[in-house]
Amino acid sequence: MAVVTAPPPSVPLMHRLKNPKVSITIFVIAWLPLMLYVMGGSSLGVLEPFILIPAIPAVILLYAICISTFRESTIALIGTTLVFFWFLIAVTAPYLPLIDPNKPIAPFVPPFTAKNDVFFILGTDFKGRDMLSRTLWGCQRVLVWGVSATFVAYIVGTAFGLIAGYISGWWDEIISFLGNVILSFPVMVLFIVILNYLGPSGFNIVIAVTFASAPAIMRIVRGLALDVKTRDYVFAAQTRGESALWIMVVELLPNVRGPIIVDACLRLGYTTVAITTLTFLGLGLQPPDPDWGLMIKESAKTAMLFKFSYMLLIPALSVSSLILGFNLMADGLREMSMRD
Amino acid sequence: MPEAATSSAATLEAVQPATGETPVLECRNLCISYFTRAGEIPAVVDFNMKLMPGEAQGIVGESGCGKSTVALAIMQYMGKNGRVVGGEILFEGRDMRTMSEEELRQIRGSKIAMVYQEPMASLNPAMTIGDQLAEVPIFHESVSKDEALSRARKMLESVRLPDPDRILSSYPHQISGGQQQRVVIAMALLSNPKLLLLDEPTTALDVTVEAGIVELIKDIAAEFGTSMIYISHNLGLILETCDRITVMYSGEAVEVGSIKDVFDAMRHPYTRGLFASIPVPGADKNSHPLVSIPGQLPLPHQRPPGCNFGPRCDFFVKDRCDVGAIPMTEIGNGDHHASRCVRVDEIDWDSTIGAGDESEPTVPGDVVLKVDGMTKHYEIEKGALFFSGEKHTVKANEKLNFDAREAETVAIVGESGCGKSTFAKVLMGLETATEGSVAIGNVDLAEMPVDQRGPETISNLQMVFQNPFDTLNPSHTVGGQIARVIRKFGAETDEKKVKARVMELLDIVKLPRDFAKRRPRQLSGGQKQRVGIARAFAGNPSVVIADEPVSALDVSVQAAVTELLMDIQRENRTTLLFISHDLSVVRYLADRIVVMYLGQIMEQGTTDEIFSPPYHPYTEALLSAVPIADTHVKKRKVLLTGEIPSPSNPPKGCPFSTRCPYMIAGTCDTIPPPIVEFSHGHRIACHLPRDELAAMEPVIQIEKEPAHVA
Repeated sequence: MAVVTAPPPSVPLMHRLKNPKVSITIFVIAWLPLMLYVMGGSSLGVLEPFILIPAIPAVILLYAICISTFRESTIALIGTTLVFFWFLIAVTAPYLPLIDPNKPIAPFVPPFTAKNDVFFILGTDFKGRDMLSRTLWGCQRVLVWGVSATFVAYIVGTAFGLIAGYISGWWDEIISFLGNVILSFPVMVLFIVILNYLGPSGFNIVIAVTFASAPAIMRIVRGLALDVKTRDYVFAAQTRGESALWIMVVELLPNVRGPIIVDACLRLGYTTVAITTLTFLGLGLQPPDPDWGLMIKESAKTAMLFKFSYMLLIPALSVSSLILGFNLMADGLREMSMRD
Repeated sequence: MPEAATSSAATLEAVQPATGETPVLECRNLCISYFTRAGEIPAVVDFNMKLMPGEAQGIVGESGCGKSTVALAIMQYMGKNGRVVGGEILFEGRDMRTMSEEELRQIRGSKIAMVYQEPMASLNPAMTIGDQLAEVPIFHESVSKDEALSRARKMLESVRLPDPDRILSSYPHQISGGQQQRVVIAMALLSNPKLLLLDEPTTALDVTVEAGIVELIKDIAAEFGTSMIYISHNLGLILETCDRITVMYSGEAVEVGSIKDVFDAMRHPYTRGLFASIPVPGADKNSHPLVSIPGQLPLPHQRPPGCNFGPRCDFFVKDRCDVGAIPMTEIGNGDHHASRCVRVDEIDWDSTIGAGDESEPTVPGDVVLKVDGMTKHYEIEKGALFFSGEKHTVKANEKLNFDAREAETVAIVGESGCGKSTFAKVLMGLETATEGSVAIGNVDLAEMPVDQRGPETISNLQMVFQNPFDTLNPSHTVGGQIARVIRKFGAETDEKKVKARVMELLDIVKLPRDFAKRRPRQLSGGQKQRVGIARAFAGNPSVVIADEPVSALDVSVQAAVTELLMDIQRENRTTLLFISHDLSVVRYLADRIVVMYLGQIMEQGTTDEIFSPPYHPYTEALLSAVPIADTHVKKRKVLLTGEIPSPSNPPKGCPFSTRCPYMIAGTCDTIPPPIVEFSHGHRIACHLPRDELAAMEPVIQIEKEPAHVA
């Protein structure tokens, strides 16, 4: 610890952080604990109360990296800020001085009023649970399942897209045909059928989202791969006897990355909507743990009364702000990619 | 009004014509800037030009020198971020900057017309050509549709398009590139403009098609009396089409004058360097190597103080060339010949340019590559979906026979569709031949796809690609990409040795070692091409295919890359297969030439044999089509009519019979031509009698030995 060789002063800190390897490591440090926390839950045992601690500085660092990368686009900055606000809330929720989100205290307390010696900033719901606490805790599940589902959908979609685009021929015919069949179903119907069949759970949501989104992703990647594979560097790789897998992963994938990242941000928004809707329909995450879709569902009847509409508006606005964040990020990224 | 304006500006204007006529276009001290995030970027600085009625001005320069910006400024199409920041553009004596949007719209298309590089981009793919052409007179002169169509028809005839009625009713994609460009020129001429701007109008076309368009442009100037500004990077084209020339470098005009003055008595070091770096007859890879201009074009916001060319100039003098703005000064010897050089009176312009290193001609060794009856046919099914029947053969390569020896450069010359890319694919193992053999040493590669070849065979045969922007994977570092090749070929396995070899290869292609860590986007086109060469030579190949390796590069860079390729070849005694359409480059570097047309070899022989009679009629036309930037060269005109037929439906007999001026009806169009051998290895595939072929006159003749070529 005593002798730390100083980094060469010519390379500023931010520049080194922006190195893809460093950024991805920081993202993993931020993301992995949150994922384990939400997916693993009580099975983490004694680790549970501490696991999110390393994620907090990582999220803040990641935000700083994003801000300095996107500083040229105001739109992307707003989007990033919205997304990172919820990301930070998700990793800090257990350490914030919040009331237990599942503990009934006093029902139907409007926002900004005190009852039973507790001041409720956002009021309480029909069961008397604190809305603020539920809203903040609720972002964890939407975020984790939304991002995980999109990520898996992208892995599957990209793999099939690269095969269809690069290898072409019969592979392309079969993959594209199956993709078209899946795409011909309305997405919601597909979700409902799959989740009814598999049963409602977070992992099944991932499967359903993958099944429904992968064909569209496959099409995008296929189109990009068809373009990139005509480039001379692919020809050069072929003529030095590289395998098809190597060419797809090393020569094609990095060069189709740009449009995919932009599309992924947009798709994160769709997935978030889909997950919230599924929960609202009772097909997704199950009560009692807080979740935005669930909050909307549970308060749907009571919120008919204008007086209690806050119960519905608060989670609804939260979902919207997260989706808006993803969409603005996508816009900003596209804008920046067009400039250079 | 124009008289007064002209006379008051006379003091500013160095180039002043003697006649009292109003110039069609005059640019005075024109400064154009682009405004970007990085601030103001001056694209063109202090540009002066005077274009008299009926005159043709050429603007020549490398990419980024501002020549297209001048054209856009004249059209007042500067986009959102471009602006004229100083000076005037006078069109028929009126300043275009003071005209309203409405006036400008009227002038564009009716008095000033522009022809762009890419014809397909200038035509609307959703409208028939007739409708598009008719729009011009309907919009500008409010004539009836019938009247407009009949004018359009007449104009198509005068740009010499066959069957104008068919063209009028077809859509742009139904006609060939050369025909499209003729349609675009017809469209530009329909309103009888005073000024025609041509921005690289033939760059996208094949040489023999280009020759036809150039001929047309020359005739237009004579017939319609239109003034022209011809923008090009090709000095040879400017020589053929223009009266005067402006040489631009890094946003400034550096030399202005009549074609004769500038070509024969150049008075700016950049112009001189430009001429020394293009291969003209007389240049030879061994005794008269090309001399490239050292360094690179400065970026617009990194221009040096004083003379922009200073850092690359041999005559640079500190404290003279790098202070203040360098003015354009007129030289007494010519017709308004001016140069932007402070030392114009001191430099000995007749001295020879420090010639490149002479070298001994290499002696070719044994035969390395033997191509024997190689044939490649593609079967194409007519129905799109599943096996719905009729097959149909594309004859991409038909019975190719030639061989290449160690340390020899064999050039394969031909235009698009001649089958040279297919040949490269078969050689590299991405396709297998239908018939015949392609042997390197004792290994027959014709039916061996790349995944069946051993690493030794693969590393023995490598390729340098045409497009510098495509040749390297933009996502990986330069060093990583070279290292991958070394590892793949098993040349070195130890990580340290691989690294050392990467550095060694970078040294060989004369790039700084720290480029290994860079990504391709941080490199210029020429640098990327050098990396491509390093990659090809990483496994010590015995045969390298170079597919137009310099055609996408700027002239001054071309010479350096060509020389590099030659040096490495000489060093390693590599066999080089040089695929090109540019006969000037080929004449300079090839030992033997194979001329291909529509998948077949028309003629092959040593470079001297190809460039002197007897010729195959196609070779003759090709030689005549190549523009040569030398006023002493006199060419015999051989113009071809028609277009290159589609390889999927080639003519029955000789593939060239549809365009051949010597076509013997009944023979050439039905029977494949016999191969006539003139001397050992010089073979011509033609029906013409031996005597007639032997009696052909030379196409290129040099009047007297040009003095300035060192």
